[in-house]
Amino acid sequence: MIVAATNQLLELALALLAAPLLLGWVNKCRAWLQNRSAPSIWLPYRNLHKLFHKDAVLADNASLLFRAAPYVVFGSMVVAAAIIPSVGTALPSAYVADAIALVGLFATARVFMSLAAMDIGTAFGTLGARREMMIGFLAEPALLMVIFTASLIASSTSLVAISTAFVTRELAIYPSLAFAAIAFMLVLLAENARIPVDNPATHLELTMIHEAMLLEYSARHLALMEWAAALKLFNYAAIGIALFVPWGIARGDAGYVELLAGAPILALKLLSFGAGLALIETLSAKLRIFRAPEFLATAFLFAVLGMLVHLLLGS
Amino acid sequence: MELAVILLLPLAGTLVLAIWGARPSAPEVNAAFSLGTLLAATALTVRVISGGPVLAWGGQFFIDSFNVFLVALTALVGFTTALFSRPYMRIERDHGRVTARRMRLYHSMYQMFMATMLVALLTNNMGIMWVALEAATLSTVLLVSLYRTAASLEAAWKYFILCGVGIAQALFGTILLYFAAEKILGAEGMNALLWTELNGGKSELEPQGLSLAFVFLLVGYGTKVGLVPLHNWLPDAHAEGPTPISAVLSGLLLNVALYIVIRCKVLVEGSLNSNLPGQILMAFGLLSVVVAAFFLWRQRDIKRLFAYSSIEHMGIVTFAFGMGGPVANFAALLHMTVHSLTKSAIFFAVGHAVQKSGTQVMDEIRGLVVRNPTIGWGLMLGTIAILGVPPFGVFASEFLILTTAMQQQPWAAPILLGALAVAFAAIIGRVQPMVFGEPGGKRLAHQPALVPVFVHLAAVLVLGLYIPPYLADWYRQAAQLIGATP
Amino acid sequence: MLSTALTSQLVNLCAAVLLLLAFAMLAQRRTVALVDLFTAQGVALAISTLVVALNTGHGHMYYSAALTFALKVCALPWILRRLIRRLDVQWEAESRLDITATMIIGLLVVIFAFGLAEPISALATTITRATLGIALAIVLLSFLMMITRRKAISQVIGFLAMENGLFFAASSATYGMPMLIEFGIALDVLVAVFVLGVFFFQIREQFDSLDLHNLESLRDK
Repeated sequence: MIVAATNQLLELALALLAAPLLLGWVNKCRAWLQNRSAPSIWLPYRNLHKLFHKDAVLADNASLLFRAAPYVVFGSMVVAAAIIPSVGTALPSAYVADAIALVGLFATARVFMSLAAMDIGTAFGTLGARREMMIGFLAEPALLMVIFTASLIASSTSLVAISTAFVTRELAIYPSLAFAAIAFMLVLLAENARIPVDNPATHLELTMIHEAMLLEYSARHLALMEWAAALKLFNYAAIGIALFVPWGIARGDAGYVELLAGAPILALKLLSFGAGLALIETLSAKLRIFRAPEFLATAFLFAVLGMLVHLLLGS
Repeated sequence: MELAVILLLPLAGTLVLAIWGARPSAPEVNAAFSLGTLLAATALTVRVISGGPVLAWGGQFFIDSFNVFLVALTALVGFTTALFSRPYMRIERDHGRVTARRMRLYHSMYQMFMATMLVALLTNNMGIMWVALEAATLSTVLLVSLYRTAASLEAAWKYFILCGVGIAQALFGTILLYFAAEKILGAEGMNALLWTELNGGKSELEPQGLSLAFVFLLVGYGTKVGLVPLHNWLPDAHAEGPTPISAVLSGLLLNVALYIVIRCKVLVEGSLNSNLPGQILMAFGLLSVVVAAFFLWRQRDIKRLFAYSSIEHMGIVTFAFGMGGPVANFAALLHMTVHSLTKSAIFFAVGHAVQKSGTQVMDEIRGLVVRNPTIGWGLMLGTIAILGVPPFGVFASEFLILTTAMQQQPWAAPILLGALAVAFAAIIGRVQPMVFGEPGGKRLAHQPALVPVFVHLAAVLVLGLYIPPYLADWYRQAAQLIGATP
Repeated sequence: MLSTALTSQLVNLCAAVLLLLAFAMLAQRRTVALVDLFTAQGVALAISTLVVALNTGHGHMYYSAALTFALKVCALPWILRRLIRRLDVQWEAESRLDITATMIIGLLVVIFAFGLAEPISALATTITRATLGIALAIVLLSFLMMITRRKAISQVIGFLAMENGLFFAASSATYGMPMLIEFGIALDVLVAVFVLGVFFFQIREQFDSLDLHNLESLRDK
């Protein structure tokens, strides 16, 4: 019980603290790959620190929704982080919500963010919100399909149960999981505003999606939004790890030793994930916004194919 | 021995004509090879009729009275068409529509086409059957596009793609058949696809697998039969290719494909213990008859007109086989024979008529009987025969089919009769002015080959008046083999 | 000898890859890239046949794998590439192709194929029986691809991909057709490609292009 509580706390703290670090790591890798001089890995922290110490400026016509949105978005990301197993599977809070509820949490965050972006009534905010909703409405079914495929194999929709099932069962080739993993990767790129769907490093009005929604935010609100974005990336990475490469995770009955061993393994996975993400972003070119549906349709296709292959082949 | 000659002679002809096919004497060589095949086929027929079914070469070839009758028919029409193509292709050559190289291709592929059809008919192995029928398509694709006109290229492309896709479905059906048979007959070796083995163990075959296999086989081979709605390639290929090829496509290839469908039907019916395959065949057959009859009204091209007539008649035969029972099977076999003979005779006459008038458009062909009475009368008599006017054999078979339908499937008889009436009016209305109207056109450089036309028509007339007892016995045997679930 | 469990996993993997490649073909606009995908399909097919051969030890499956490799990985792609070069259509692409709609129809086709094959698969005795549905799906997807294409060469590649699906059905669901028949089929396919090669030149000579909208004049008026 105490171990489980420790695990829960450890994971939450890790998610909150490591999320900006992961972002820093991805940026550093990208810079290396693009032969630029790399920014410091701690830059996201400094950014957050700076933003928290500034005075917030709000538009005159900003409603309560606009002010509440950063807290709601950040809050949903923290709750999500609490129910995704990363270091160990003994998570008391994981019983509160399964993977489908997790998708719902992400959706809540998206809805509030979009509403807040439209709240001020500037052109960019509305544009970003509309694009975000388009991406979301295409990405969500694909994500659900990915989760269904994994759930069918593990016969549970709980992430904890899925991870446990995959770790304990005999090693076998699952083509369906491979398809699901590809689909998940595509969804991850789209949902976290990465190249090729969005570019986190630019404010080019023709293409931006995520940044367009944040243009009206400043200071602590912006800091929360940025932190939430980092957390979202971390959460997606953690879901991917829990679904597709859960080996090394501390099991439910584990003690402190396993928990302590689980953390560095997780760090290793996250490091390689970050490097891989940077590599994908460097190798691919930004898609025109009108091609984004095609990109996400591919993701959906992969996810459905994975499920069909599982249903037919039983693997 | 006869079997080896039947199979190897056309292949030898392919090679010989591939080398010397451009020579002036090539048409005669072509006819000689066909004559040899015909003689061997006759010998084989005599042997099978007197001695019963033959299994040859480790069971890979199987001849019973059902397929030997088609072998004889194929060899016969193959020979007469070769006779017809002698003057016909010479005239085409003089008109500058084909070059020496294309003549070589034509002669070589003609023999190849015969060889593949004969293999498909004689083999006992469902897999080889597929390979042979696909080869039959391939050997005729370049013949359909022989004139290299835009329309002929399009027709050949359609022919290749539609038949290729169709026949791929048949391969899937064959695989399913193998899949179902393997459990009973063992996976090793070739036995699991031998028709005789399958037929022997058909009651043990898995019904569910076989019914799915039958659907694929029917769609696949049905494309080659030209059953509606899979018939799109047929009018184009018939209209745009050289006329001798239209004659053999219509008179022979459709029969071969239908023969395979019936072989499959026998297997599946035995396994399912129901008349389901027969009902599917009836539906396809009836649809083909009706649709073709109405399409006949819309034709302007004479060869397309008779191509649609072929679809109609294949529909009648398919319907009759679908009904099943000794009488219907008998009538279907008879109809296959008389349709083959009549339709090829019509195409012979049409070929020369087109050469005389220089066009295939019916409105521009007029007064054949004035300019060249034999062509005119050949076309007229052939048309009367194919429409089922009494003294001819087509009447006998259609009469039998209709009366059987009235007994077994009363609902279908009026539809069939109505469609036949529609077709009658459409064709006679078109052919009459072509034969008897105001004359036009030019003289042909070579004497047209009309002996085959009248030989065929005479045979059809004889079959209509009097079926010789041994022939009737033979049909009856074959009808028994196809089985009866009336 | 491979273990049965591993064989079935590997064959399933090949089946999944083949299905994926069929979809990739469906979405591919450029003719040259289609040849690459076709080659990849050939490789997956040869591997799956080889895996089955290693597991069952049937002699004819080894020949079959070798035949597949020779025909579908070496010969046919070589001929196709040569044809594309000789016809000078390297840059040809399908311009009118609604990929998203095609994909959705494709998914429905796969579901249909799985449903159709399900009862049959249940009857099979081979360890790789479930692949029958995938084979049928590949056949139907290739068919769909042929329908959506307007270029002659793309249609032919669709035709060949369909044959791949059929071959996969034969090799995985039934451990291969008898050798003689496989040879016959292979010969037919090879001859078909040669005939079509000749045919392409004829079409080009006549129309100056390989676009099939030229070939739509024959209709019943």
